[in-house]
Amino acid sequence: MHTAVNLWPLLGIAVVTAGFLLRLHPVLVVIAACAVTGWAAQMPVMHMLESLGRAFIKTRNLPLILLLPLAAIGLLERFGLKEHAQASVARIRSATTGRLLTVYLLAREVAAAFGLTSLGGHPNMVRPLVAPMAEAAAEARHGTLPEPLRRHIRAMSAATDNVGLFFGEDIFVAFGAIVLMQTILKTEGLDVDPIRMALWGIPTAVTAFVIHAWNLRRLDARIRRETAR
Amino acid sequence: MIVSLDVFYILVGLLFAATAVMTVRDATNPRRMTTALFWGLYALVYLLGERLPPAVAGVLMIVMALVAGAGLVRPGRAAVVPETERQASAVRLGHRLLVPALAIPAVTMLGSVALKDVHIGARLLLDPNNVTLVSMGCGSVAALALACALTRATPLQGVREARRLIDAMSWAVVLPHMLAVLGLLFAEAGVGKAVAHVATTYLPLDSRLLACAAFCVGMALFTVVMGNGFAAFPVIAGGIGIPVLVGVYHANPAVMAAIGMFSAYCGTLMTPMAANFNVVPVLLLDLPDKNAVIKAQLPTALPLLGANIVLLYCLMYR
Repeated sequence: MHTAVNLWPLLGIAVVTAGFLLRLHPVLVVIAACAVTGWAAQMPVMHMLESLGRAFIKTRNLPLILLLPLAAIGLLERFGLKEHAQASVARIRSATTGRLLTVYLLAREVAAAFGLTSLGGHPNMVRPLVAPMAEAAAEARHGTLPEPLRRHIRAMSAATDNVGLFFGEDIFVAFGAIVLMQTILKTEGLDVDPIRMALWGIPTAVTAFVIHAWNLRRLDARIRRETAR
Repeated sequence: MIVSLDVFYILVGLLFAATAVMTVRDATNPRRMTTALFWGLYALVYLLGERLPPAVAGVLMIVMALVAGAGLVRPGRAAVVPETERQASAVRLGHRLLVPALAIPAVTMLGSVALKDVHIGARLLLDPNNVTLVSMGCGSVAALALACALTRATPLQGVREARRLIDAMSWAVVLPHMLAVLGLLFAEAGVGKAVAHVATTYLPLDSRLLACAAFCVGMALFTVVMGNGFAAFPVIAGGIGIPVLVGVYHANPAVMAAIGMFSAYCGTLMTPMAANFNVVPVLLLDLPDKNAVIKAQLPTALPLLGANIVLLYCLMYR
Protein backbone atom coordinates (compact mmCIF):
# COMPACT_ATOMS: atom_id res chain seq x y z
CA MET A 1 0.00 0.00 0.00
CA HIS A 2 1.87 3.05 -1.21
CA THR A 3 -0.29 6.08 -0.69
CA ALA A 4 1.00 9.63 -0.61
CA VAL A 5 0.57 9.98 3.17
CA ASN A 6 2.89 12.62 4.61
CA LEU A 7 4.32 11.04 7.76
CA TRP A 8 6.41 14.05 8.79
CA PRO A 9 3.66 15.73 10.89
CA LEU A 10 4.15 12.82 13.33
CA LEU A 11 7.25 14.72 14.43
CA GLY A 12 4.85 17.01 16.34
CA ILE A 13 3.82 14.08 18.54
CA ALA A 14 7.48 13.16 19.01
CA VAL A 15 8.23 16.72 20.15
CA VAL A 16 5.39 16.65 22.71
CA THR A 17 6.50 13.25 24.01
CA ALA A 18 10.17 14.23 24.25
CA GLY A 19 9.40 17.57 25.91
CA PHE A 20 7.10 15.86 28.37
CA LEU A 21 9.68 13.19 29.23
CA LEU A 22 12.47 15.77 29.61
CA ARG A 23 10.20 17.81 31.92
CA LEU A 24 10.69 20.97 29.89
CA HIS A 25 8.35 23.89 30.47
CA PRO A 26 4.99 22.59 29.12
CA VAL A 27 4.06 25.88 27.44
CA LEU A 28 7.34 25.89 25.49
CA VAL A 29 6.81 22.25 24.52
CA VAL A 30 3.40 23.13 23.06
CA ILE A 31 4.80 26.02 21.03
CA ALA A 32 7.73 23.93 19.78
CA ALA A 33 5.33 21.14 18.77
CA CYS A 34 3.18 23.69 16.90
CA ALA A 35 6.22 25.01 15.03
CA VAL A 36 7.55 21.55 14.12
CA THR A 37 4.13 20.30 13.01
CA GLY A 38 3.53 23.35 10.83
CA TRP A 39 6.99 23.07 9.32
CA ALA A 40 6.55 19.34 8.65
CA ALA A 41 3.22 19.99 6.93
CA GLN A 42 4.97 22.64 4.82
CA MET A 43 2.77 25.48 6.04
CA PRO A 44 4.09 28.95 5.18
CA VAL A 45 4.93 30.94 8.34
CA MET A 46 2.13 33.45 7.83
CA HIS A 47 -0.40 30.66 7.29
CA MET A 48 0.79 28.97 10.48
CA LEU A 49 0.51 32.15 12.56
CA GLU A 50 -3.03 32.62 11.26
CA SER A 51 -3.97 29.02 12.07
CA LEU A 52 -2.57 29.39 15.59
CA GLY A 53 -4.35 32.69 16.13
CA ARG A 54 -7.70 31.45 14.85
CA ALA A 55 -7.45 28.35 17.05
CA PHE A 56 -6.38 30.43 20.08
CA ILE A 57 -9.42 32.71 19.73
CA LYS A 58 -11.83 29.87 18.95
CA THR A 59 -10.86 27.80 22.01
CA ARG A 60 -10.93 30.63 24.54
CA ASN A 61 -14.22 29.26 25.91
CA LEU A 62 -12.25 26.38 27.52
CA PRO A 63 -10.78 28.32 30.49
CA LEU A 64 -14.11 30.03 31.31
CA ILE A 65 -15.34 27.20 33.57
CA LEU A 66 -12.24 27.68 35.70
CA LEU A 67 -12.20 31.49 35.70
CA LEU A 68 -15.78 32.65 36.11
CA PRO A 69 -16.41 31.49 39.70
CA LEU A 70 -13.08 32.76 41.08
CA ALA A 71 -14.30 36.16 42.32
CA ALA A 72 -17.19 34.78 44.36
CA ILE A 73 -15.23 31.81 45.67
CA GLY A 74 -12.18 33.92 46.56
CA LEU A 75 -14.38 36.33 48.48
CA LEU A 76 -16.14 33.53 50.37
CA GLU A 77 -12.78 31.99 51.25
CA ARG A 78 -11.65 35.31 52.68
CA PHE A 79 -14.67 35.20 54.97
CA GLY A 80 -14.11 31.63 56.16
CA LEU A 81 -15.87 29.29 53.71
CA LYS A 82 -13.24 26.56 54.12
CA GLU A 83 -13.19 26.93 57.89
CA HIS A 84 -16.98 26.67 57.98
CA ALA A 85 -17.08 23.53 55.81
CA GLN A 86 -14.53 21.84 58.04
CA ALA A 87 -16.50 22.76 61.15
CA SER A 88 -19.76 21.45 59.67
CA VAL A 89 -18.38 18.08 58.67
CA ALA A 90 -16.52 17.66 61.92
CA ARG A 91 -19.97 17.60 63.55
CA ILE A 92 -21.21 14.70 61.36
CA ARG A 93 -19.85 11.78 63.36
CA SER A 94 -21.05 8.98 61.08
CA ALA A 95 -19.28 10.17 57.93
CA THR A 96 -16.00 8.51 57.06
CA THR A 97 -13.76 10.10 54.42
CA GLY A 98 -14.38 7.25 51.98
CA ARG A 99 -18.17 7.35 52.36
CA LEU A 100 -18.22 11.14 52.06
CA LEU A 101 -16.19 11.02 48.85
CA THR A 102 -18.34 8.18 47.49
CA VAL A 103 -21.44 10.34 47.96
CA TYR A 104 -19.66 13.22 46.21
CA LEU A 105 -18.55 10.88 43.39
CA LEU A 106 -22.15 9.80 42.82
CA ALA A 107 -23.48 13.37 42.93
CA ARG A 108 -20.77 14.62 40.57
CA GLU A 109 -21.24 11.79 38.09
CA VAL A 110 -25.04 12.04 38.02
CA ALA A 111 -24.96 15.85 37.69
CA ALA A 112 -22.44 15.65 34.85
CA ALA A 113 -24.59 13.02 33.15
CA PHE A 114 -27.36 15.62 33.09
CA GLY A 115 -24.97 18.02 31.40
CA LEU A 116 -24.27 20.04 34.54
CA THR A 117 -20.52 19.70 34.31
CA SER A 118 -19.77 22.94 36.13
CA LEU A 119 -21.52 21.82 39.35
CA GLY A 120 -18.20 20.67 40.78
CA GLY A 121 -14.64 21.49 39.85
CA HIS A 122 -11.36 22.14 41.62
CA PRO A 123 -11.55 25.89 42.30
CA ASN A 124 -15.24 26.04 43.20
CA MET A 125 -15.88 22.72 44.95
CA VAL A 126 -12.77 20.66 45.76
CA ARG A 127 -10.57 23.39 47.20
CA PRO A 128 -13.14 25.20 49.32
CA LEU A 129 -15.47 22.29 50.21
CA VAL A 130 -14.71 18.68 49.35
CA ALA A 131 -11.04 18.43 50.36
CA PRO A 132 -11.47 20.21 53.74
CA MET A 133 -14.59 18.09 54.40
CA ALA A 134 -12.74 14.86 53.60
CA GLU A 135 -9.88 15.85 55.90
CA ALA A 136 -12.24 16.93 58.66
CA ALA A 137 -14.15 13.64 58.45
CA ALA A 138 -10.96 11.69 59.09
CA GLU A 139 -9.87 14.05 61.87
CA ALA A 140 -13.23 13.86 63.63
CA ARG A 141 -12.85 10.08 63.99
CA HIS A 142 -9.10 9.63 64.33
CA GLY A 143 -7.65 12.90 65.63
CA THR A 144 -4.60 14.53 64.06
CA LEU A 145 -3.51 12.94 60.77
CA PRO A 146 0.07 12.25 59.68
CA GLU A 147 1.02 14.74 56.94
CA PRO A 148 1.45 12.22 54.04
CA LEU A 149 -1.99 10.78 54.79
CA ARG A 150 -3.52 14.26 54.88
CA ARG A 151 -2.00 15.00 51.45
CA HIS A 152 -3.24 11.69 50.08
CA ILE A 153 -6.79 12.52 51.23
CA ARG A 154 -6.59 15.87 49.43
CA ALA A 155 -5.30 14.21 46.26
CA MET A 156 -8.09 11.61 46.45
CA SER A 157 -10.64 14.44 46.75
CA ALA A 158 -9.36 15.95 43.50
CA ALA A 159 -9.23 12.50 41.89
CA THR A 160 -12.82 11.80 42.91
CA ASP A 161 -13.95 15.03 41.27
CA ASN A 162 -12.13 14.13 38.03
CA VAL A 163 -13.47 10.56 37.89
CA GLY A 164 -17.03 11.72 38.55
CA LEU A 165 -16.79 14.45 35.92
CA PHE A 166 -15.14 12.44 33.15
CA PHE A 167 -17.33 9.35 33.33
CA GLY A 168 -20.55 11.29 33.83
CA GLU A 169 -20.29 13.98 31.19
CA ASP A 170 -19.95 11.63 28.26
CA ILE A 171 -23.44 10.20 28.91
CA PHE A 172 -24.95 13.62 28.33
CA VAL A 173 -26.25 13.97 24.78
CA ALA A 174 -25.44 17.66 24.33
CA PHE A 175 -21.88 17.41 25.65
CA GLY A 176 -19.05 18.55 23.41
CA ALA A 177 -17.42 15.10 23.18
CA ILE A 178 -20.59 13.57 21.74
CA VAL A 179 -20.87 16.38 19.19
CA LEU A 180 -17.20 15.93 18.30
CA MET A 181 -17.58 12.14 17.85
CA GLN A 182 -20.67 12.60 15.68
CA THR A 183 -18.86 15.11 13.44
CA ILE A 184 -15.79 12.88 13.04
CA LEU A 185 -17.86 9.78 12.23
CA LYS A 186 -19.95 11.77 9.75
CA THR A 187 -16.86 12.91 7.81
CA GLU A 188 -15.97 9.21 7.54
CA GLY A 189 -19.44 8.44 6.18
CA LEU A 190 -20.95 6.93 9.36
CA ASP A 191 -24.19 8.51 10.54
CA VAL A 192 -24.62 7.75 14.23
CA ASP A 193 -27.42 8.90 16.51
CA PRO A 194 -25.87 10.89 19.42
CA ILE A 195 -28.34 9.27 21.85
CA ARG A 196 -26.97 5.82 21.01
CA MET A 197 -23.39 6.98 21.72
CA ALA A 198 -24.52 8.45 25.03
CA LEU A 199 -26.29 5.18 25.96
CA TRP A 200 -23.28 3.02 25.11
CA GLY A 201 -21.25 5.12 27.51
CA ILE A 202 -23.35 3.92 30.44
CA PRO A 203 -21.62 0.51 31.01
CA THR A 204 -18.24 2.26 31.36
CA ALA A 205 -19.73 5.00 33.55
CA VAL A 206 -21.14 2.39 35.97
CA THR A 207 -17.85 0.45 35.97
CA ALA A 208 -15.94 3.66 36.73
CA PHE A 209 -18.18 4.33 39.73
CA VAL A 210 -17.75 0.78 41.09
CA ILE A 211 -13.95 0.79 40.70
CA HIS A 212 -13.46 4.23 42.25
CA ALA A 213 -15.91 3.53 45.11
CA TRP A 214 -13.86 0.40 45.84
CA ASN A 215 -10.68 2.53 45.93
CA LEU A 216 -12.41 4.90 48.36
CA ARG A 217 -13.18 1.94 50.65
CA ARG A 218 -9.49 1.14 50.54
CA LEU A 219 -8.77 4.78 51.48
CA ASP A 220 -10.88 4.34 54.63
CA ALA A 221 -8.95 1.20 55.48
CA ARG A 222 -5.66 3.05 55.03
CA ILE A 223 -6.82 5.89 57.29
CA ARG A 224 -7.79 3.37 60.02
CA ARG A 225 -4.48 1.55 59.65
CA GLU A 226 -2.23 4.63 59.71
CA THR A 227 -3.97 6.39 62.58
CA ALA A 228 -4.14 3.24 64.75
CA ARG A 229 -0.38 3.34 65.32
CA MET B 1 -30.21 36.12 22.36
CA ILE B 2 -30.00 38.54 25.24
CA VAL B 3 -27.19 36.99 27.29
CA SER B 4 -24.47 35.65 25.00
CA LEU B 5 -21.09 34.15 25.69
CA ASP B 6 -19.48 37.46 24.61
CA VAL B 7 -20.64 39.09 27.86
CA PHE B 8 -18.51 36.64 29.82
CA TYR B 9 -15.55 36.92 27.45
CA ILE B 10 -15.58 40.67 28.22
CA LEU B 11 -15.89 40.03 31.98
CA VAL B 12 -12.97 37.58 31.95
CA GLY B 13 -11.00 40.03 29.80
CA LEU B 14 -11.60 42.77 32.37
CA LEU B 15 -10.59 40.37 35.14
CA PHE B 16 -7.27 39.69 33.38
CA ALA B 17 -6.79 43.42 32.73
CA ALA B 18 -7.33 44.06 36.44
CA THR B 19 -4.90 41.25 37.24
CA ALA B 20 -2.31 42.94 35.02
CA VAL B 21 -2.82 46.36 36.67
CA MET B 22 -2.68 44.92 40.20
CA THR B 23 0.46 42.96 39.29
CA VAL B 24 2.25 46.12 38.09
CA ARG B 25 1.57 47.61 41.51
CA ASP B 26 2.51 44.45 43.44
CA ALA B 27 5.88 45.13 45.06
CA THR B 28 6.11 41.54 46.39
CA ASN B 29 6.29 40.12 42.84
CA PRO B 30 9.91 39.65 41.68
CA ARG B 31 8.88 39.79 38.01
CA ARG B 32 5.98 42.18 38.13
CA MET B 33 6.45 43.86 34.72
CA THR B 34 6.71 40.67 32.65
CA THR B 35 3.98 38.99 34.70
CA ALA B 36 1.73 41.98 34.05
CA LEU B 37 2.59 41.82 30.33
CA PHE B 38 1.53 38.15 30.27
CA TRP B 39 -1.88 38.83 31.86
CA GLY B 40 -2.34 41.99 29.81
CA LEU B 41 -1.86 40.08 26.54
CA TYR B 42 -4.28 37.41 27.71
CA ALA B 43 -6.80 40.17 28.51
CA LEU B 44 -6.56 41.31 24.87
CA VAL B 45 -7.47 37.80 23.65
CA TYR B 46 -10.73 37.96 25.62
CA LEU B 47 -11.55 41.65 25.14
CA LEU B 48 -10.90 41.81 21.37
CA GLY B 49 -11.61 38.16 20.47
CA GLU B 50 -12.54 37.71 16.81
CA ARG B 51 -11.69 41.37 16.13
CA LEU B 52 -7.98 40.52 16.47
CA PRO B 53 -6.47 39.68 13.08
CA PRO B 54 -5.63 35.91 13.23
CA ALA B 55 -1.91 36.43 12.58
CA VAL B 56 -1.73 38.99 15.42
CA ALA B 57 -3.48 36.55 17.77
CA GLY B 58 -0.95 33.90 16.74
CA VAL B 59 2.00 36.18 17.49
CA LEU B 60 0.37 37.11 20.80
CA MET B 61 0.08 33.45 21.79
CA ILE B 62 3.74 32.83 20.95
CA VAL B 63 4.88 35.86 22.95
CA MET B 64 2.81 34.70 25.96
CA ALA B 65 4.33 31.22 25.71
CA LEU B 66 7.88 32.60 25.50
CA VAL B 67 7.35 34.91 28.48
CA ALA B 68 5.94 32.03 30.56
CA GLY B 69 8.57 29.59 29.29
CA ALA B 70 11.41 31.93 30.25
CA GLY B 71 10.18 31.86 33.84
CA LEU B 72 9.12 35.50 33.74
CA VAL B 73 5.58 34.84 35.03
CA ARG B 74 5.72 34.65 38.81
CA PRO B 75 3.17 34.93 41.59
CA GLY B 76 3.41 37.67 44.19
CA ARG B 77 3.02 37.11 47.93
CA ALA B 78 -0.65 37.84 48.53
CA ALA B 79 -1.68 39.39 51.84
CA VAL B 80 -3.76 36.64 53.47
CA VAL B 81 -6.34 37.30 56.16
CA PRO B 82 -5.16 35.62 59.40
CA GLU B 83 -6.78 32.26 60.11
CA THR B 84 -8.25 33.38 63.46
CA GLU B 85 -10.10 36.16 61.68
CA ARG B 86 -11.41 33.75 59.05
CA GLN B 87 -12.52 31.35 61.77
CA ALA B 88 -14.37 34.12 63.62
CA SER B 89 -16.06 35.13 60.39
CA ALA B 90 -16.98 31.49 59.70
CA VAL B 91 -18.67 31.23 63.10
CA ARG B 92 -20.50 34.53 62.60
CA LEU B 93 -21.77 33.81 59.06
CA GLY B 94 -22.27 30.04 59.50
CA HIS B 95 -24.26 28.18 56.86
CA ARG B 96 -25.04 31.43 55.08
CA LEU B 97 -21.52 31.21 53.58
CA LEU B 98 -22.71 28.20 51.58
CA VAL B 99 -25.56 30.10 49.89
CA PRO B 100 -23.45 32.00 47.31
CA ALA B 101 -21.24 28.93 46.68
CA LEU B 102 -24.32 26.83 45.97
CA ALA B 103 -25.84 29.60 43.85
CA ILE B 104 -23.36 28.79 41.06
CA PRO B 105 -24.63 25.23 40.49
CA ALA B 106 -28.24 26.23 41.26
CA VAL B 107 -28.31 28.99 38.65
CA THR B 108 -26.39 26.79 36.19
CA MET B 109 -28.98 24.06 36.60
CA LEU B 110 -31.90 26.48 36.41
CA GLY B 111 -30.49 28.12 33.30
CA SER B 112 -29.58 24.98 31.38
CA VAL B 113 -32.75 23.06 32.23
CA ALA B 114 -35.55 25.59 32.74
CA LEU B 115 -34.50 28.77 30.95
CA LYS B 116 -33.05 27.07 27.88
CA ASP B 117 -35.93 27.98 25.54
CA VAL B 118 -37.21 31.11 27.28
CA HIS B 119 -37.79 34.10 25.00
CA ILE B 120 -38.16 37.69 26.07
CA GLY B 121 -40.00 39.37 23.25
CA ALA B 122 -38.72 37.70 20.11
CA ARG B 123 -35.23 37.08 21.49
CA LEU B 124 -33.92 34.03 23.26
CA LEU B 125 -32.77 34.79 26.81
CA LEU B 126 -29.65 32.58 26.74
CA ASP B 127 -27.20 31.79 23.96
CA PRO B 128 -28.58 28.46 22.57
CA ASN B 129 -25.16 27.15 21.50
CA ASN B 130 -23.54 27.66 24.88
CA VAL B 131 -26.41 27.23 27.36
CA THR B 132 -24.36 25.57 30.11
CA LEU B 133 -21.45 28.03 29.95
CA VAL B 134 -23.71 31.07 29.80
CA SER B 135 -25.87 29.81 32.68
CA MET B 136 -22.74 29.18 34.69
CA GLY B 137 -21.55 32.71 33.94
CA CYS B 138 -24.85 34.09 35.22
CA GLY B 139 -24.51 31.86 38.28
CA SER B 140 -21.02 33.18 38.95
CA VAL B 141 -22.17 36.79 38.74
CA ALA B 142 -25.15 36.00 41.00
CA ALA B 143 -22.81 34.27 43.44
CA LEU B 144 -20.53 37.31 43.55
CA ALA B 145 -23.53 39.59 44.21
CA LEU B 146 -24.77 37.30 47.00
CA ALA B 147 -21.28 37.03 48.49
CA CYS B 148 -20.94 40.82 48.51
CA ALA B 149 -24.36 41.23 50.12
CA LEU B 150 -23.50 38.64 52.77
CA THR B 151 -20.01 39.85 53.66
CA ARG B 152 -20.55 43.57 52.95
CA ALA B 153 -17.41 43.46 50.83
CA THR B 154 -17.29 45.36 47.54
CA PRO B 155 -17.23 43.60 44.14
CA LEU B 156 -13.74 45.10 43.79
CA GLN B 157 -12.66 42.98 46.75
CA GLY B 158 -14.03 39.99 44.82
CA VAL B 159 -11.84 40.96 41.88
CA ARG B 160 -8.85 41.20 44.22
CA GLU B 161 -9.57 37.68 45.54
CA ALA B 162 -9.97 36.34 41.99
CA ARG B 163 -6.65 37.92 41.10
CA ARG B 164 -5.07 36.25 44.14
CA LEU B 165 -6.26 32.83 42.91
CA ILE B 166 -5.20 33.51 39.27
CA ASP B 167 -1.82 34.70 40.49
CA ALA B 168 -1.39 31.52 42.53
CA MET B 169 -2.20 29.28 39.54
CA SER B 170 0.11 31.42 37.34
CA TRP B 171 0.80 30.25 33.76
CA ALA B 172 -0.94 26.90 34.37
CA VAL B 173 -4.16 28.83 33.63
CA VAL B 174 -3.28 29.02 29.91
CA LEU B 175 -1.85 25.51 29.40
CA PRO B 176 -5.13 23.69 28.58
CA HIS B 177 -6.01 26.51 26.20
CA MET B 178 -2.69 26.17 24.35
CA LEU B 179 -3.03 22.37 24.20
CA ALA B 180 -6.40 22.75 22.50
CA VAL B 181 -4.71 24.99 19.93
CA LEU B 182 -2.08 22.29 19.33
CA GLY B 183 -4.87 19.73 18.81
CA LEU B 184 -6.49 21.89 16.13
CA LEU B 185 -3.14 22.45 14.42
CA PHE B 186 -2.45 18.68 14.46
CA ALA B 187 -5.78 18.11 12.72
CA GLU B 188 -4.98 20.73 10.09
CA ALA B 189 -1.50 19.34 9.44
CA GLY B 190 -2.79 15.80 8.87
CA VAL B 191 -1.32 14.13 11.95
CA GLY B 192 -4.45 11.93 12.15
CA LYS B 193 -3.97 10.57 8.62
CA ALA B 194 -0.32 9.79 9.33
CA VAL B 195 -1.14 7.87 12.53
CA ALA B 196 -3.84 5.92 10.69
CA HIS B 197 -1.32 4.92 8.06
CA VAL B 198 1.24 3.75 10.62
CA ALA B 199 -1.32 1.88 12.77
CA THR B 200 -2.85 -0.08 9.90
CA THR B 201 0.57 -0.92 8.50
CA TYR B 202 2.48 -2.03 11.58
CA LEU B 203 0.07 -3.22 14.33
CA PRO B 204 -1.05 -6.87 14.51
CA LEU B 205 -4.76 -6.14 14.23
CA ASP B 206 -5.80 -9.53 12.85
CA SER B 207 -7.29 -10.75 16.13
CA ARG B 208 -10.47 -9.05 17.30
CA LEU B 209 -9.33 -8.85 20.92
CA LEU B 210 -5.96 -7.37 19.92
CA ALA B 211 -7.69 -4.82 17.72
CA CYS B 212 -9.96 -3.80 20.63
CA ALA B 213 -6.96 -3.58 22.96
CA ALA B 214 -4.91 -1.57 20.44
CA PHE B 215 -7.82 0.84 19.98
CA CYS B 216 -8.45 1.43 23.71
CA VAL B 217 -4.78 1.56 24.72
CA GLY B 218 -4.01 3.78 21.71
CA MET B 219 -6.69 6.23 22.79
CA ALA B 220 -5.32 6.29 26.35
CA LEU B 221 -1.66 6.59 25.29
CA PHE B 222 -2.29 9.33 22.76
CA THR B 223 -4.30 11.23 25.38
CA VAL B 224 -1.43 10.83 27.86
CA VAL B 225 0.88 12.45 25.32
CA MET B 226 -1.52 15.19 24.25
CA GLY B 227 -3.29 15.73 27.56
CA ASN B 228 -6.51 15.98 25.61
CA GLY B 229 -9.01 13.28 24.69
CA PHE B 230 -10.51 15.49 22.01
CA ALA B 231 -7.20 15.45 20.13
CA ALA B 232 -6.75 11.69 20.54
CA PHE B 233 -10.22 10.72 19.35
CA PRO B 234 -10.03 11.87 15.70
CA VAL B 235 -6.57 10.32 15.35
CA ILE B 236 -7.22 6.88 16.85
CA ALA B 237 -10.84 6.57 15.64
CA GLY B 238 -9.65 7.45 12.14
CA GLY B 239 -6.61 5.17 12.43
CA ILE B 240 -7.98 2.02 14.13
CA GLY B 241 -11.63 2.52 15.09
CA ILE B 242 -13.20 3.14 11.69
CA PRO B 243 -10.95 1.19 9.27
CA VAL B 244 -10.39 -1.85 11.52
CA LEU B 245 -13.13 -2.18 14.18
CA VAL B 246 -15.96 -0.96 11.96
CA GLY B 247 -14.49 -1.75 8.54
CA VAL B 248 -13.07 -5.24 9.18
CA TYR B 249 -14.96 -6.47 12.28
CA HIS B 250 -18.26 -4.62 11.59
CA ALA B 251 -18.49 -3.13 15.09
CA ASN B 252 -21.37 -0.85 15.99
CA PRO B 253 -19.87 2.66 15.48
CA ALA B 254 -21.81 4.05 18.47
CA VAL B 255 -20.22 1.48 20.82
CA MET B 256 -16.77 2.04 19.28
CA ALA B 257 -17.07 5.81 19.70
CA ALA B 258 -18.48 5.82 23.25
CA ILE B 259 -15.99 3.33 24.68
CA GLY B 260 -13.17 4.91 22.67
CA MET B 261 -13.79 8.33 24.18
CA PHE B 262 -13.95 6.82 27.69
CA SER B 263 -10.61 5.07 27.06
CA ALA B 264 -9.21 8.48 26.16
CA TYR B 265 -10.53 9.78 29.49
CA CYS B 266 -8.63 6.98 31.29
CA GLY B 267 -5.55 8.52 29.65
CA THR B 268 -6.56 11.99 30.86
CA LEU B 269 -6.53 10.66 34.44
CA MET B 270 -2.90 9.60 33.99
CA THR B 271 -1.20 12.61 32.39
CA PRO B 272 0.31 15.84 33.73
CA MET B 273 -0.41 17.35 30.31
CA ALA B 274 -4.08 17.59 31.36
CA ALA B 275 -3.14 20.55 33.52
CA ASN B 276 -6.66 21.68 34.34
CA PHE B 277 -7.52 18.39 36.00
CA ASN B 278 -4.20 17.07 37.27
CA VAL B 279 -1.89 20.07 37.82
CA VAL B 280 -4.22 22.92 38.78
CA PRO B 281 -5.69 20.96 41.75
CA VAL B 282 -2.15 20.17 42.97
CA LEU B 283 -1.53 23.93 43.12
CA LEU B 284 -4.96 24.71 44.54
CA LEU B 285 -4.59 22.10 47.29
CA ASP B 286 -0.96 23.00 48.15
CA LEU B 287 0.37 19.51 47.44
CA PRO B 288 4.19 19.31 47.33
CA ASP B 289 4.20 16.26 44.99
CA LYS B 290 3.35 17.49 41.46
CA ASN B 291 1.97 14.08 40.51
CA ALA B 292 -0.05 13.47 43.68
CA VAL B 293 -3.44 13.62 41.92
CA ILE B 294 -2.29 11.36 39.07
CA LYS B 295 -0.98 8.81 41.56
CA ALA B 296 -4.35 8.84 43.34
CA GLN B 297 -6.07 8.23 39.99
CA LEU B 298 -3.93 5.32 38.68
CA PRO B 299 -5.75 2.61 40.71
CA THR B 300 -8.99 3.73 39.04
CA ALA B 301 -7.72 4.52 35.54
CA LEU B 302 -5.78 1.29 34.82
CA PRO B 303 -8.45 -1.26 35.84
CA LEU B 304 -11.03 0.86 34.03
CA LEU B 305 -8.99 0.79 30.83
CA GLY B 306 -8.89 -3.00 31.08
CA ALA B 307 -12.65 -3.04 31.68
CA ASN B 308 -13.13 -0.89 28.57
CA ILE B 309 -11.29 -3.42 26.39
CA VAL B 310 -13.52 -6.21 27.70
CA LEU B 311 -16.68 -4.09 27.34
CA LEU B 312 -15.79 -3.15 23.77
CA TYR B 313 -15.03 -6.79 22.91
CA CYS B 314 -18.33 -8.01 24.35
CA LEU B 315 -20.62 -5.18 23.23
CA MET B 316 -19.29 -4.27 19.79
CA TYR B 317 -21.93 -6.24 17.87
CA ARG B 318 -24.91 -4.85 19.81
